[in-house]
Amino acid sequence: MKYLIIMQVDPAVLEQLTEEQQRQIGAGHGAFIAAVKESGEFIATQALADPSQSKVVRSSASSGDQPEVTDGPFVESKEFMGGFYLLDVEDEARAVQLARQIPDAVIPGLALELRPVMFADLGEG
Amino acid sequence: MSSAEPLGEGRWRELARQALARLLRTYGSAQFDLCEDAVQDALLQAYQQWPARSPDDPLAWLIATARRRYADRARSDARRRDRETRAALSQPTQAPEVAQRDDSLLVLQLCCHPELPRSGQVALTLRAVAGLSTAQIANAYQLPERTIAQRITRAKRRLGELGQPLPQPAAAGERVTAVLDVLYVMFSEAHHTTAGAPARDADLAVEAMHLTRLLRRGVPESTEVTGLLALMLLTEARHPARVGPDGRLTSLDEQDRALWNRELISEGIGLVEQATAGAEPGPYLIQACIAALHAEASDIAATDWVEILALYRLLEIVTGHRNPTIALNRLVAQAMVDGVDVALGQLDALEADHPGLPRLNAVRGHLLEQAGRPDDAAGAYRRAIAATINLAEQQHLRHRVRRLSGAPADPVQGPSR
Repeated sequence: MKYLIIMQVDPAVLEQLTEEQQRQIGAGHGAFIAAVKESGEFIATQALADPSQSKVVRSSASSGDQPEVTDGPFVESKEFMGGFYLLDVEDEARAVQLARQIPDAVIPGLALELRPVMFADLGEG
Repeated sequence: MSSAEPLGEGRWRELARQALARLLRTYGSAQFDLCEDAVQDALLQAYQQWPARSPDDPLAWLIATARRRYADRARSDARRRDRETRAALSQPTQAPEVAQRDDSLLVLQLCCHPELPRSGQVALTLRAVAGLSTAQIANAYQLPERTIAQRITRAKRRLGELGQPLPQPAAAGERVTAVLDVLYVMFSEAHHTTAGAPARDADLAVEAMHLTRLLRRGVPESTEVTGLLALMLLTEARHPARVGPDGRLTSLDEQDRALWNRELISEGIGLVEQATAGAEPGPYLIQACIAALHAEASDIAATDWVEILALYRLLEIVTGHRNPTIALNRLVAQAMVDGVDVALGQLDALEADHPGLPRLNAVRGHLLEQAGRPDDAAGAYRRAIAATINLAEQQHLRHRVRRLSGAPADPVQGPSR
């Protein structure tokens, strides 16, 4: 079954990381990607830009037929979705086991959120 | 490929499978890659040559050619790096004069080796026995091709590490259970695919039934193999009625039974009757018996629920009461026999032992609806909607909630995303 592992990040926490910690996180993600590719569980991963780059498109009572476009994230929050891994695993337990191997899991203030995927079109075939 | 038109795709796949089985038998499973490449080489040569002059015995030609290509490849490999390959080349692990049906069976068993992860077993079986391409398997599972390729590579490497040649026919029976489980997973996954998903070019249910027929040719005496085939046929028979025109799932009590495939049903029932005579039934045969009772009934009221309940109890016993989903399914029959209040009481007990059991709240909603408690039923269905990860199932449950709230039937529309 497919799982999305969402990397919940807090910019304030990221700011405080030492260069050595940042290097370790980068290397940890690299090793994780290599491991899940080797095991045949990897589908995709993406890292997202800072939420200050976000635009929100939605309709409101005042916007009429045309949805309005505003700057900034949908939800004002300290944490936001910084990126994700899309994996295909045997079951939930395996997804949790893999999430624990992601370097963010051991950094206070960062977290991983897992959710099963109901529909996916990966653009192949 | 149009130049090779006289042979259909199915026949090509059959020949490829048999040739690969024969090579694996000869050179051993540690040489899986080499055997597969050699068969591909031989197939390519056949595509080119047969339209002009086709051999009297295509399989013998293919095997002989594949053996030569294997020798070529093994020699160049050996020169390059690998002493082991040379040893494999000079010492065939088995005499080749073994009946063909054993070859196929043993390759199935090899692909479903218990040491392989389930995803590897399924991918390798579809590739090496069913003859699907990596792209077709990827498409069927909605996964990237490289993910499937990696699983196949890994499975073959693991088989190489295990280093065992194909099991002897005498030991073959032991691994039939593993093969049955892999084929059942393949088949059920096909039946749980989500409505609204892109069209697929390989039908996993058809492949699983084909492979089970193949397995049955290898072990005609196994009542579990016959039972699984019957279960698949009887399940497949209901498929045309299972998904409505709007892509929504319909449950057994809503299905138009006129749409059930009578031909598949009579073959399935025939197999059940043949296998149950004097047999000590295993899990697949018992499930086939339950499916046969549903197939024989004209509607829910005419269904032999007493017998179905007895079969579920038997199923729980032979599986050692380890599978709570069987108990959950049993409760539907129990409500029909002992009344819905008894079933609801047992459902609460089941939930206490297995919190989060999939489909539990869908069954609860169904029972509460039967008990004439629409508000409670709607609440259970809502919890079931949140718990399922299947879009078609969600649509089905939402339809139930709307029906209970007195809303008009679904407008016909595509699946929501």
